[in-house]
Amino acid sequence: MLSRVADSLYWMSRYFERADNASRVVEATYGLILNPAKFSADERWFRAVSSLARGTTSSDIDPQHALFLLVANPEGVFSIMKCISGARENARQVREEISSEMWEQLNRLFHEVNGADLQPDDDSGAMRVVNLVREGAYRFHGITDTTINHGEGWHFIQLGKYIERACNLSILLDAYFSVDKNADDLDWVGLLSSCAAFEAYCKVCTAELRPERIADFILLQPEFPYSVRYALDRMHHALTSISNRSLSRRTGKIERLIGRLRSAVTYVQIGEVIRGDLHMYLAAIIDQCRELHAAVHEVYIEYPIEVAFES
Amino acid sequence: MASAAPKMEPPDDQSAGAAFRRYELNGSYDEMFRSADVPRKQYRQLYTQLLNLGPDELRRSKQEADQSFFNQGITFTVYGSDKGTERIFPHDLLPRIITAAEWETIERGLTQRITALNLFLKDVYHDAKIIEDGVVPAKIVYTCKHYRREMRGIKVPRDVYVSVVGTDLIRTPEGNFVVLEDNLRVPSGVSYMLTSRRVMKHIFPALFRKCRVRPIEQYSQVLLSALKSLAPEGRTEPTVVLLTPGSYNSAYFEHTYLARQMGIELVEGRDLLVHDNIVYMRTTFGLQRVDVIYRRIDDDYLDPLVFEGHSALGAVGLFNAYRAGNVAFANALGTGVADDKAIYAYVPKIIKYYLDQDPILENVETLLMSDAAQRDHVCQKLDEYVVKAVGESGGYGMLIGPHSTESQRDDFRARILADPRNYIAQPTIYLSTAPCFVDGTIEPRHVDLRPYVIYGDNITIVPGALTRVALRKGSLVVNSSQGGGSKDTWVLQN
Repeated sequence: MLSRVADSLYWMSRYFERADNASRVVEATYGLILNPAKFSADERWFRAVSSLARGTTSSDIDPQHALFLLVANPEGVFSIMKCISGARENARQVREEISSEMWEQLNRLFHEVNGADLQPDDDSGAMRVVNLVREGAYRFHGITDTTINHGEGWHFIQLGKYIERACNLSILLDAYFSVDKNADDLDWVGLLSSCAAFEAYCKVCTAELRPERIADFILLQPEFPYSVRYALDRMHHALTSISNRSLSRRTGKIERLIGRLRSAVTYVQIGEVIRGDLHMYLAAIIDQCRELHAAVHEVYIEYPIEVAFES
Repeated sequence: MASAAPKMEPPDDQSAGAAFRRYELNGSYDEMFRSADVPRKQYRQLYTQLLNLGPDELRRSKQEADQSFFNQGITFTVYGSDKGTERIFPHDLLPRIITAAEWETIERGLTQRITALNLFLKDVYHDAKIIEDGVVPAKIVYTCKHYRREMRGIKVPRDVYVSVVGTDLIRTPEGNFVVLEDNLRVPSGVSYMLTSRRVMKHIFPALFRKCRVRPIEQYSQVLLSALKSLAPEGRTEPTVVLLTPGSYNSAYFEHTYLARQMGIELVEGRDLLVHDNIVYMRTTFGLQRVDVIYRRIDDDYLDPLVFEGHSALGAVGLFNAYRAGNVAFANALGTGVADDKAIYAYVPKIIKYYLDQDPILENVETLLMSDAAQRDHVCQKLDEYVVKAVGESGGYGMLIGPHSTESQRDDFRARILADPRNYIAQPTIYLSTAPCFVDGTIEPRHVDLRPYVIYGDNITIVPGALTRVALRKGSLVVNSSQGGGSKDTWVLQN
């Protein structure tokens, strides 16, 4: 497969996952601010924004406009609309590589979202867009799984989706746990809903909301699609499938990186993590995901030609 | 013009050619009718069918065809819109029919013409004997905008310069096919020929079978084998790619379509790199050598080292790899010198010179504005002539005298006088007309004919063509950029 094509598929998928994640976080946060709590609405909005755009400080954000900012801000790099455009733009470059059903779904969603023509104070309009994206995402995932050959291109799509998910979940956990002293039950429900995990959590751990169990579920649960562990396992599967196809390439570095990442979530107890430095632990996962991204880019997409001529 | 208000149709008129009520013959050769209400033999089946179908049924068929084009994604991108607007290519529902005998002439004529033009290209870029012998003036050749000095002395694989040609033919009022234009650079439109056939088979299956239409579906295989035949020596399993300017190009649909049909990789310039004069494409498996490039990019943009320095569409070093014989281009570079409109005037002589034969397909009479006497004559009678810029295509840079205004003529006169070499003039030819389904009735519209010639081991012309239609009433311009559409073209079995 052409490197450019693989790169576009990967980014299409990453942008789409980013929009999907943002829509869930925004929806959960919007549900939270309607209730009085120790946290003010402003603080909750700030938590949402910082979980979507790592490194934002409270002075960057005007809570009154946070919803608009997250959904439709034409300038921000992380608004839902921007992400949907990014996904579509990448898909457009490789239309022949994805199924027409995938293109149609993505294109339709893009037009619906863009056609909404949101104004900064139109909360219900913004929430309609959020809903469109959330439902559109489930549909897109289903179509992607069922309408294309699960070959190399599909594995790059999977890789993009799960690397984005692993990072997003880690940032989200960090945002919630860094201020957990003031958190009440509703906040924990908010965290679980942001990961589409509330019902699944209740089934596995009952409705008793204990922060440690919640962290365990979102971080280490191997069987839930919106857990870090699950995402890393899928990344590993995608990377192995890709490297199995290219026998002579230098994939050692990639294997080491993904192996280390997986062991970080496979062989730990949640107690150690929580009692230790959770923030550092999550930051390490995010940094290693970045390293992995760079390594994949270097091996498959933009390798130096000197390397290509060795061997 | 039909100025009368539409009348209510009397019921008993249904059978008596109601569908053709507004069909007025205008002195051009009509593809369907010998004279009013008398169809030519090859059109009788279609004629009967049209008489039996009401306008509603035709409209339904038209909608069905449109839908089919849309669903197959047979669209072109409309420039200047960030909303991703895509339109279907305008097409007409009724097929244009060519008899076996007519096709036989076209096939022989084009084979002869392309053979001669290919020999001409080889000669021009090597010994230039034809110039030495005074058949074609040196000045005309070397001042040609598309002459590529860099091609001098380069041996192209199998001496094939033009692998794919789309020649535009028109039919004179006497009924003869003549050549209007040779397209030897990057001819496009073949995807519309192939896809509209698929749609028509679906819409008119019975008629299609009754008419015994020759198939064109083998086009992609023929093209692929011609491309493979250009591979550098020793490359027994050559990698062929299609080089596209990218998804913003208006012909992007065609590029993706052909790449998929041939099962070859669709690459952009940034996917290619050249190392030690070998061309590679960057894949996730590593670099893969490329042997033949079916390029859909103009000469100027192929290699910034040699041509346009700011072009990002091609790849650095492509031309050196080509010169070293490590990669082949289809078509070769510099073929534009042979479809220059001033060279066109010399094609009959070129055929005579290389093949010692008289041309089977005539040229349209062409006056060179670089010739003082001819220029004076034309400038005085601009309203009778069609004036064209020699290096342009797509219907740009053109004056149609009889349809022009005084100020347009003044403008062109000034342009001709400023740069005579850049212009030619031809008498206005009324292209033949063919029945088209327009606004619920059948009316005549002007058409041309573009068959696609493939030069591989030998010359192959799949029995079919793109018939381009000037959809605006009375218009003589068929180019898609100027409001033209297309028709499926049926070549009949003997």
